[in-house]
Parts: sequence; structure tokens; C-alpha cells
Amino acid sequence: MGQGPPPFLELQGVSKRYPNGTLALTDISLAVGEGEFLALVGASGCGKSTILRHIAGLVAPSAGHIQWSRPPAAGAIGMVFQEPTLMPWASIQDNVRLPLDLAKVRRAEADARVTALLAQVGLADFARAYPRELSGGMKMRAAIARALVTRPRLLLMDEPFAALDEITRQKLNDDLLALWRDQRFTALFVTHSVYEGVYLAGRAIVMAPRPGRIHADIPLDLPHPRDEALRTDARYADACRRVSLALADAMGVHATGGGA
Amino acid sequence: MSAPRRLAPFILGAVVLAAWEGLVRLLAIPAFVLPPPSAVVAALLADPETLGLSLWFTLTVTLQAFALAVTGGVALAILFTRSPLLASALYPYAVILQVTPVMAIAPIVLVWVGYERVDLAQLILAWIVAFFPILGNTTLGLRSTDAGLRDLFRLYGASKWQVLWRLELPSALPYLLAGMKISGGLALIGTVVAEFVAGSGTGQGLAWRIVDASNRLNTPRMFAALSLLSLLGIAIFALLSLVQRLVLRRWHDSEAGHL
Repeated sequence: MGQGPPPFLELQGVSKRYPNGTLALTDISLAVGEGEFLALVGASGCGKSTILRHIAGLVAPSAGHIQWSRPPAAGAIGMVFQEPTLMPWASIQDNVRLPLDLAKVRRAEADARVTALLAQVGLADFARAYPRELSGGMKMRAAIARALVTRPRLLLMDEPFAALDEITRQKLNDDLLALWRDQRFTALFVTHSVYEGVYLAGRAIVMAPRPGRIHADIPLDLPHPRDEALRTDARYADACRRVSLALADAMGVHATGGGA
Repeated sequence: MSAPRRLAPFILGAVVLAAWEGLVRLLAIPAFVLPPPSAVVAALLADPETLGLSLWFTLTVTLQAFALAVTGGVALAILFTRSPLLASALYPYAVILQVTPVMAIAPIVLVWVGYERVDLAQLILAWIVAFFPILGNTTLGLRSTDAGLRDLFRLYGASKWQVLWRLELPSALPYLLAGMKISGGLALIGTVVAEFVAGSGTGQGLAWRIVDASNRLNTPRMFAALSLLSLLGIAIFALLSLVQRLVLRRWHDSEAGHL
């Protein structure tokens, strides 16, 4: 496995056991380089989201710890959830400005940033619209804009496009990669789609379920910028095959009873 | 809403009033049993100052009780969601206050505040009736805050005040407004019941006019005061419905259909 960029974030033997006794994660060790785009791939219930929630500081590990190259300040981590999670009572621009409002950023500066970001995600004409007036894909764009408005060093995405149709999803994948190339944040993208994970990431972490653990760490040396042509490229097909095999193996290990 | 549907209640009302007037005249029912609508209107016009002052008095007590119910109910709901211990301790007593008929509490409240302060007793009794829907609905609303949004606010290190002001209260707003619609009507009922039980103080409300007219067997005047009470209740409900619609129409499914 290539160790190109310096470690930006490192999970060291992280385990999580819930009060009801469920072991959600066991011995997760994972180093993430600055500016990397990582895909966490696995079936439902293998702890992908739980890993993100640990990194976001929303959950504390039962064992192990999380090491940062520099401790993240407020706003240094952006997060996009499975649902758009917008405030229904606020306009799109007010939703996107929320992290800046919470950090008490000056209104003029905040508005300028929001306007620029809404233009970047293609929502410039919908700044004053309310979430219920937007399509699922547009709501997700707003959620991404909100996650990026603080110029985070790390963007966590928890199956953000799972509920969208294939065409919208591919468009959002391309737009997300463009934002990543432009802003050079580190990205952790949780997905249950091998194809999506391989298309986006530089490295795929394949997870095995019950308890959630890392099964394989697969570097994906596909060229950038990535576009539609890549989807029919033999190297893309090969990378998908490798990740799919690892995923099948991860599930198979569980099926033959070789758990923790 | 289409024009026929909008007009339907008014047409029905006109038909019922006309039938009422016609039947009373046709059957020669005495006015002290059932006055025709024309006699009720005549009674209203005969003494607009007294009835108007009584309307104003009832309205004042109702609005005061309503305002206290909203501020007190919201404040206590916030305390309840901040302190589960306090909520567990106080909630049963709030329920007891709610389920005990206000008629039964009235004499006690009157004794406590003193017969020379009937106005205050009325205000307290109306408040007791109007308070619970605000408390119950707002508590439910505050607790229904989206878990994902809570995570988001935590991620950005929001203060407790920011969470309350920017997340929990807006989340609770549709519930609060629904509670206010119930509470507005109850405040009026509470005011009337309190006046029936406690009697009138320095001012004399519409309930007192009804009791007074009843003692004199002046049924048209009873109906006149009664119709003013109904109009007041309708006005409160319509105003709160309008507020609900204006506040929620852009974002909440319950009102968005009215766009």
C-alpha cells in the first residue's frame, strides 16, 4: 500500500461497543494522508458510518484512539449525511451559512462565501428557495455546499448519494471530484457501491461485518481528472473487480463463520 | 380552496338563520324561549355600549391568560427538555391541573386570591385551562428535533443557546402553533367559566351579561352576548390560523398546500 502523503489522521485500534453489548467496530487501524480521497466500502451494518461518527467526534471509541497531525478546530471537519439534513424552516442560503453563523463569522464575509459556493454547486438560482421546493439531488448539493462552507480540511460523507437516481448520482460524483481537485480537502466517502467508491477514491477500504472491521485496503491508481470515459476504461473495470472480490471475500469470511 | 367550498359555510349559516327566523315566527315561539335572529340583533343594537365593554373585558382577560399560557408553557417546556428530573417531578402535577375540572378549582382559587380580586382569579383560572396544550405541544416539538440536525450542530460546536434558538425552537414551532390554536379557544372558555363561577369583579364580562340576562329572562340579550362570545372565539381561531399559515407556508407540509 502506497504511503504517499503524510498521515493526517490515524485511527489506532479503535473499537466500539454499545451499552447494549453490540460490538460495532473492532480494532480499526487506518492512516489517512492529507488530501487523500478514501472510499469506505461495505455492506450495511459493517460500521462504515460508525467510523465516520468517531472521526467527527460525535461518538467516543470504547478502545483505541484517533490521532491527528493537528487537532481539528471547529469547522475543520465538514460532514454530509445520508439525508440532506437541511433545516426545513430556512432558505438554502441560510442553511449553507449555518456553520459560519454558529462560528459567528461576519455576515458580509459569510454571505460572500455562501454565494460563491452556491454558484460552485449549481444552486445560485435557488439561494432563496426552501428545501421542500428542491429535488433530492439539489438538496444534496446544498448539503455539500454547507459542508464545504467552512473550508474544511476533512470532508466526511456518509452514503450521501444512496437515495438518488443513477444519472443524478454520476453527475454529483463528477461535481464532487471537481470540488475536491479545486479545494484539496481530505475526503472519506462511505458507500455500499463498489462502482461509486472506485470512481471517486484513490484508495478503497473494504469492510467486513459483525463486528465491523477492515478487511482489505486497496490502492486504486486510476488517473485524474476522472470522467465518463473512465467508466468504460479497462483499468476501472479491473479495479472494480478487485474491490468486488475483496468485498465478496469479506462477506464470505463471515458466512463461513470465521468471525472475531 | 375553490369558491363554492369557501362560501359553503356562509351559505349554510344564512339558510339556518332564515329557517330559524321563519320557524319562530310561524310557530309563534315566545322570545324568552327562543328569540328569532332579528330579536337578537335588535338586543345587540339596543345596548351596544354595555355589551361592547363586556366584550372588551372578556377579550382582555382572555388575551392576558393566553399570553401567560404561551410564555409560561414555552418556558416550562424548555426547562422540561433541559432537565428530565424536573420534567419527571413536575409533569404529573401539570396533568393533575389539566384533568381537574376548572369549575372545581374555581372556588378554591377565589378563596386564595380573595373576593376583592375576582379579576385575578379569572385570569388564573383561564390560564390553568389554556396552559396545558402549550406545554404539551411545545415539549413534544422540542423533543422531535431531527437527530441528524442535532449531530450537525454538535459537529460545529454550537452552544446550548444556539441549539435552542436556531434548532430546537424552530423545530417546535409547528407544534407550538398547533397548541396555540387549541389554547386560544381554551383561554376564552376558561375566562367565561371563571366568570360564571367566580362572578364579576371590577369589570363585567360577557359571561356575566349572560347570567344577568338569564336572571331577568331576557333571552334575546342572552343570545346577543352568546353570539358575541362565539364571534370572539371565531376571531381568535381565525387569527391564530392565519399566523400559523403565514409562518409555516413556505416550509411545513401542513400549510404548504395553501401556497
